[in-house]
Amino acid sequence: MVPVLLGRIQTRLILLAVVGSAVTAVVTPLVGADYRTTFAVLAAVAVLGVGWELLYHFLMQFRWEKDWPSLFGLLTAIPEGALLWLLLDRGLVPTVDTAPPLGAYVVHFAAVWLAVWLVANGPMRVPFLRWRFRGGRLI
Amino acid sequence: MPGQGDLTQALLDNAIWSDALVAEAGIPVHDVPLVTVGGGIGSFVLVDYLRIAGVPTRDIRVLSNIDHPWQTYEYLTRVSQIPGPERIRSDSSSRPDNIWGFPSYALSEAWREKTVRPLLHVLGEPIFADYWTPRVGAVFARMARESARIGYPEMLVKGVARMVRRRAGGGYFTVLTLSGPTRRVVYRSRFVHLAVGYPGLRFLPDLQEFREKYGDFTRVVNAYEPHEHVYEQLRTRPGTVMVRGGGIVASRVLQRLMDDRERYGLQTKIVHIFRTFVAGAHGPHLWSRRKGGDGWAYQGFNYPKSVWGGQLKAKMRRLDGAERAAEYKRMGGTNTPKRRRWQRQMRAGREGGWYEAAQGTVERVEPAADGTLVSVVAGEAGTRKVGADYIIDCTGLEADIAEHRVLADLLAHGGAGRNPLGRLEVERHFEVKGTANGDGALYATGAATLGGYFPGVDTFLGLQIGAQEIADDLARRGFGRRIGPLRSTAQWVRWAFGRPVREG
Repeated sequence: MVPVLLGRIQTRLILLAVVGSAVTAVVTPLVGADYRTTFAVLAAVAVLGVGWELLYHFLMQFRWEKDWPSLFGLLTAIPEGALLWLLLDRGLVPTVDTAPPLGAYVVHFAAVWLAVWLVANGPMRVPFLRWRFRGGRLI
Repeated sequence: MPGQGDLTQALLDNAIWSDALVAEAGIPVHDVPLVTVGGGIGSFVLVDYLRIAGVPTRDIRVLSNIDHPWQTYEYLTRVSQIPGPERIRSDSSSRPDNIWGFPSYALSEAWREKTVRPLLHVLGEPIFADYWTPRVGAVFARMARESARIGYPEMLVKGVARMVRRRAGGGYFTVLTLSGPTRRVVYRSRFVHLAVGYPGLRFLPDLQEFREKYGDFTRVVNAYEPHEHVYEQLRTRPGTVMVRGGGIVASRVLQRLMDDRERYGLQTKIVHIFRTFVAGAHGPHLWSRRKGGDGWAYQGFNYPKSVWGGQLKAKMRRLDGAERAAEYKRMGGTNTPKRRRWQRQMRAGREGGWYEAAQGTVERVEPAADGTLVSVVAGEAGTRKVGADYIIDCTGLEADIAEHRVLADLLAHGGAGRNPLGRLEVERHFEVKGTANGDGALYATGAATLGGYFPGVDTFLGLQIGAQEIADDLARRGFGRRIGPLRSTAQWVRWAFGRPVREG
């Protein structure tokens, strides 16, 4: 899928809501965290993500193809994960007073990211036949 | 008193035919809701969509002069130096045999060959590796499987389409010329789809002139016609080859010449003439700059990737007339992928002094006293004469759409017009503008429609995008069902297990 701005945002929000929630529901007890925190983290990935997508869209303009290679979609986990951790650590994420243990955070974040990335790079096309031709827009 | 079963003057003269007029001519008439004319990959992907949307085989006829949808493509790829095990220039998820593009070719290859290499390759592209592309043989094999699954052969009618005319009261008549005792048949349908491919090849004018003047068809060849003899003769006697053109076919031909040089220790020399010599990155501003160098403009696929679903697709959809033509010009131009292997070979050639690339326009070609071919090349550095034993035209010029009989007839009698690039003007949903008739609709996809609201028409994925738009439009008109998420998923499962499509 080669995204347009609106498609990036829609795809991120929907996949985080569906795939991200499912992964969070499974991973949370495994890493010994509480649901309140992990779902707040998930929501933060979604909200901050809108800003990140604006940045990615801007950077994409420097590419002749106006594409976004799937590797970029995977590697952007690093800056996004790092920024969110800083915010958590400083208590800047609403409803999360104390940051979860770093290990738990990394496992949860990585699992959600990987699952969303995998679905976006293939299976998403099965139910949503027109999605890839509409720059990732579902609506 | 019915006629002899052939076209009558009355039929030829009338843009709109009544049922009575056709009956008078005595041509057998078959009724079917939809015909697709062409029978290549364009027809195949539309039929695939419609079958998956629940249309039964009895409601579709494919009018074609070829036996398999991939036949013409197979011929063209073979002569232009892409044999079965070689890889084509097409994205991993552009699969004519799979409307979902999932699993991609890379995933299928990884699964079949039990290796993760294709997946790692796709992950690294285009940064750490060239774009992963499928083997041409695999593309045909998968299409053969899908063809059998959807019952494609049941819908195929062999013959040469002659014309499509509007029917009084709605719909169309498509005339098919047969090779058997019945010379003509007519298909009366509410919908017609045209996917007739490239109208034909056009030679560079100076090469055409040479061939006609000297009757020499063996040393001046087009890369899209069989020219294996050139490579064979180079193995028996060293020679110089002039390659003309800066696209993918030029790259393929160079690869073949250079591969043969390595493999058989040949002394082949290559002179490469670019009409437009690209020296480096080019484009009007920082947000619109394509890579280039050594003569070539570099691009992974025929078009910038976002043409098939991203920003460029969205942008072009809104443009008309001169604005659209300008956008085509901006992103167009001949180009080829920057593949590591090709770069290595050309570098070795430049260093070894046996590969030379230059800018130039060839004014004429003439035979020299020693039997070689001399090209008079006008370039930035003035006019010079370049000798060669063979000239391979890789420019891939295409003929005008009116060279195709069905399209010419449609332009003359069917109400069709031309787009800013001179090809068939189609709507966003690929209906040919000006041809609507009653409750019927006439659609076209493929190379004949280049220049429309969607640019990538003459590609695998472009044909699928066209097919999707048409299938959705047909569903709005009550023919077939719009494929929603549930049907899409259920049909995908059937595809995955190789089970027939579910009709209705």
